[in-house]
Amino acid sequence: MSASTADTPLAFRRPSGVRTIKNSLATIFVTVATLITIIPLAWVLTTVIIKGYRLLLSSTWWLESQRGITPRREGGGAYHAIVGTVEMALICAAIAVPLGVLGAIFLIEYGRGTKIARGVSFMVDILSGIPSIVAALFIYALFITIFGLGRSAIAVSCALVLLMLPVVLRSTEEMLKLVPDSLREASYALGVSKWKTIVKVVVPTAFGGIVTGVMLGLARVMGETAPLLILVSYAVGINFSPTTDTMGALPTMINAGRDQPPQMPGYERVWAAALTLIMIVMLLNVLARLIARFTTLKEK
Amino acid sequence: MAVTDTDATERVEPEPLAAQDPSLSPVVDHGAVTTHSPVPKVVAHRAPETPADHVEREAARGVKLAKISRTGDRIFRSLATTSGLLIVLLVLFVGIFLLALALPSLQADQDSFLTSRNWTVSGNELRFGIAGLFWTTVLSAVLAMAMAVPVAVGVALCMTQYLHKRVSGPVSFVVDLLAAVPSIIFGLWGLTVLGPFLAPAAAWLISKLGWIPFFERNVDPKGSVFVASVVLAIMILPIVIAISRDVFAQTPRDHIEAALALGATRWEVIRTAVLPHGRSGVISASMLGLGRALGETIAVMIILTTPSAGSPFSPSIFAGGETFASKIANNAAEFDSPSKTGAYIAAGLVLFVVTFAVNAIARIIAERGVES
Amino acid sequence: MAKQNYARRPMNRLVSSRAGKFAALAALATFSLTACGSDPTSASEPAGAEPGSSANASGLACPAGKISAEGSSAQANAITEVIADYNAECGDKATIEYNPTGSGAGIKSFYNGLVDFAGSDSALKTEMKDGVIEADKAKERCQNNPAWNLPMVVGPIAFAYNIDGVDKLVLNAEVLSEIFNGTIKTWNDPKIAKLNSGAKLPSANITVFFRSDESGTTENTTKFLSKAGNGAWKDEPAKAWTGTGEGKNKSSGVAEATAGTKNSITYIEWSYAKDNNLPTAQLDSGNGPVELSGDAVAKAVSEAKVKGSGNDLSLDLKYSGTKAGAYPALLVTYEIVCSKGLAADKTAIVKDFLTYFSSADAQGKLPDLGYAPLPSGLQSKVKAAVAAIQ
Repeated sequence: MSASTADTPLAFRRPSGVRTIKNSLATIFVTVATLITIIPLAWVLTTVIIKGYRLLLSSTWWLESQRGITPRREGGGAYHAIVGTVEMALICAAIAVPLGVLGAIFLIEYGRGTKIARGVSFMVDILSGIPSIVAALFIYALFITIFGLGRSAIAVSCALVLLMLPVVLRSTEEMLKLVPDSLREASYALGVSKWKTIVKVVVPTAFGGIVTGVMLGLARVMGETAPLLILVSYAVGINFSPTTDTMGALPTMINAGRDQPPQMPGYERVWAAALTLIMIVMLLNVLARLIARFTTLKEK
Repeated sequence: MAVTDTDATERVEPEPLAAQDPSLSPVVDHGAVTTHSPVPKVVAHRAPETPADHVEREAARGVKLAKISRTGDRIFRSLATTSGLLIVLLVLFVGIFLLALALPSLQADQDSFLTSRNWTVSGNELRFGIAGLFWTTVLSAVLAMAMAVPVAVGVALCMTQYLHKRVSGPVSFVVDLLAAVPSIIFGLWGLTVLGPFLAPAAAWLISKLGWIPFFERNVDPKGSVFVASVVLAIMILPIVIAISRDVFAQTPRDHIEAALALGATRWEVIRTAVLPHGRSGVISASMLGLGRALGETIAVMIILTTPSAGSPFSPSIFAGGETFASKIANNAAEFDSPSKTGAYIAAGLVLFVVTFAVNAIARIIAERGVES
Repeated sequence: MAKQNYARRPMNRLVSSRAGKFAALAALATFSLTACGSDPTSASEPAGAEPGSSANASGLACPAGKISAEGSSAQANAITEVIADYNAECGDKATIEYNPTGSGAGIKSFYNGLVDFAGSDSALKTEMKDGVIEADKAKERCQNNPAWNLPMVVGPIAFAYNIDGVDKLVLNAEVLSEIFNGTIKTWNDPKIAKLNSGAKLPSANITVFFRSDESGTTENTTKFLSKAGNGAWKDEPAKAWTGTGEGKNKSSGVAEATAGTKNSITYIEWSYAKDNNLPTAQLDSGNGPVELSGDAVAKAVSEAKVKGSGNDLSLDLKYSGTKAGAYPALLVTYEIVCSKGLAADKTAIVKDFLTYFSSADAQGKLPDLGYAPLPSGLQSKVKAAVAAIQ
């Protein structure tokens, strides 16, 4: 139903009532959705911050390990765990990111529509459903039972690669898909070879989205507990070596302390470790976003 | 993408070059322009021709153009193809290896693997089946998806279509914060904070709808599938939001402007320009979220109450249960024998199959959407 | 249509150098992480010893090096404190890592050579189970020398409950078996009332909580129930629970659930029951109700017979027919070591650490943590066995 009747020739008619209602409903739904997302987040974060902030304020937390400290004693810090988490995540990313990005490039640039590409896509679909514990069991059976190697951070990183790869590959694929062909064509029209087009035009355009995928993957693997428990256990002292021995990490530090009742000092360390992990992931996130903002090619 | 200046109702003369040489540029079906959508839809998509290919093709026609070196292309192409093949080999290897570990136990299984709810995996008589595990895993994942995907799409739309760019930056940051929380903390928070909070709501639901088996009371609501699903939904929100946000942000401005120019309300712009364009991306994001929900181990292990060995099956969302992942994790410490390990791995493999099936269906839906 | 912002082109070099700078900064920050950081300095100085001395007052050799161990979570609270005390005594020379991954995982890691000794709630099995004889595989690991089971930590099993208005509950193994397998369903059942004359037991349903993760505590509880329950518990003792109830993850999960659910009962290590302020039931083994205490448990352990030969001290615990004042629901955690065959530097640390662990000093500190000390007869046998490790 038209709302206003004006007598000027170019009358602006408001959209019909039904359409306006639908529009308002959509706005309400979207607002409610955002609130629904923010509330549990604020809740979880408040819980973690309130329970864990106190220990983060002292430099001991950041510089000392837990060697010699028991759940019943105060003291020590999370240094060993921070180093372990970052080390394992970086090794995992060093394998998963190139593999994922190149795989996505293959799917979109070289293999679009071919049978091989369908096969790869299919395989990635299967990989995305693997539970972290099954990935860990696979690596355990392979590295430890068959190859006879001991526990190591590299074994964990390999298991984490299985978890990070689908996320990186899929998000890169979606982003590359969205790069308009006109960009590629313009580049070809200027005589630029295909690989240079991909490296200098397509990937930089999609860079922001690729970074999102990498960050999502990293956030996930840095928070994984089960593979670490099986493959690298937990060490309270400092261990930098990725190829030998057990190593501490923040999720396993949390796991080691969660069995204690709330009145023990170890319990507070659990939440402090959680807050530390969140802060590290966000730091990496911010860094990555800054890099992306300055390097993504944008259309004006 | 280059035909937005056409009048929505007129047929356009195809450019001569495109008519002679269909291998150039995406094929646009101008017939589609007359349907309800104001924007022509891409039907088939062939990769644009690179200069090196063009040189070769012209050479075949007898036209000499300056040679463009292909070594860089060849190296890069082989790099990309190798990655793709490596991934295929990796997944095949993982699958076959695990299958080899699981087969002896499967063969020794006295019960039907798919329908039995027993789980006796030590001793001489192996009797195990995944029916109970399957139900709990699928139920919790489906509930989580049902809660998370609509909300995530809503938030992504809000961030890209409704909010000012300055505001959506912090909101983005906040969503990424959610992704940064480790899963074990979600488990602890879900058990100690969310569970007790949801208990009254659960009690109310049970009192009103408890006569339906789906809602009947079973275990202490703090450890029920209901609470686990809510926590899983919260965990998969960031993945779906982040990817959907990126996808929606890439909607071509001219599609949106064309819709606006035709007098669409904001919702109609979303419905006609943003959502169809982002459909495949959203489905991909949801599949990643589903993968996460199906494979989440430690949070589910901490929250869910395990039912005792002989208890009767309950389809209720307020029952406890074990998912594939949580069952394996609960018992991973005690894998003393190959037959025991094999049984658990067999359970894990079922998850592969489930994920593949769902993803395959989703992919068919996504592809059909592009073609219609 | 879309126009490339040509003004960006000359910026690209500047931009990528900016990105490069960011990346370099980030890498630098990460690598500098590895430079700082250290282990905490010992909280307490060893009594009467100067730091840096190689031997100290209690006669420990204090060798340097690193060993790792895994196993039972029931002894986790005890062994972590003992490790910390040992390090304090020895000036932090050795690094000992213990991971409470579970008795089964500990034994498996031990015979696979991943750890130097294991902590287990049950001795190495000598019969074939699930395709493997643990004792044989351990022997293989120790270069064909037998592995010894050395009892070290006695952990009482408490039956913690949460019933409104009831602060004293008396039960026996038979009634417990029937509660745990679902035969007795309500608190005011006559069988329970018979043991608790005068107590006001509600008519509510009993909620049983059990460990959903495989656990040595479950195995020992079911051993107790099957041996002392007069046939009421019909299943084989196992690490996985076969009774009724709701399963929760880890002792903390079970404790929290019991504390938060009315009319519930569970089996749990005494240290966890104490830490979570849960009331525990008294056990009547035929000589009247016995309150759970370190002394009562020590009395029950002293009636245990050593069934291993020589220095292998695996025990046959007495679960029923114990003398008055004994509390027989308990588990003993063994440290499983190679009698010979472990590398010399690691053997030195294992030996020294276990000498400290079995000393009256360390054992005396256990009751505060919710454990019971080894009876003196057993203590000296263990000390002798440790001394015999090569």
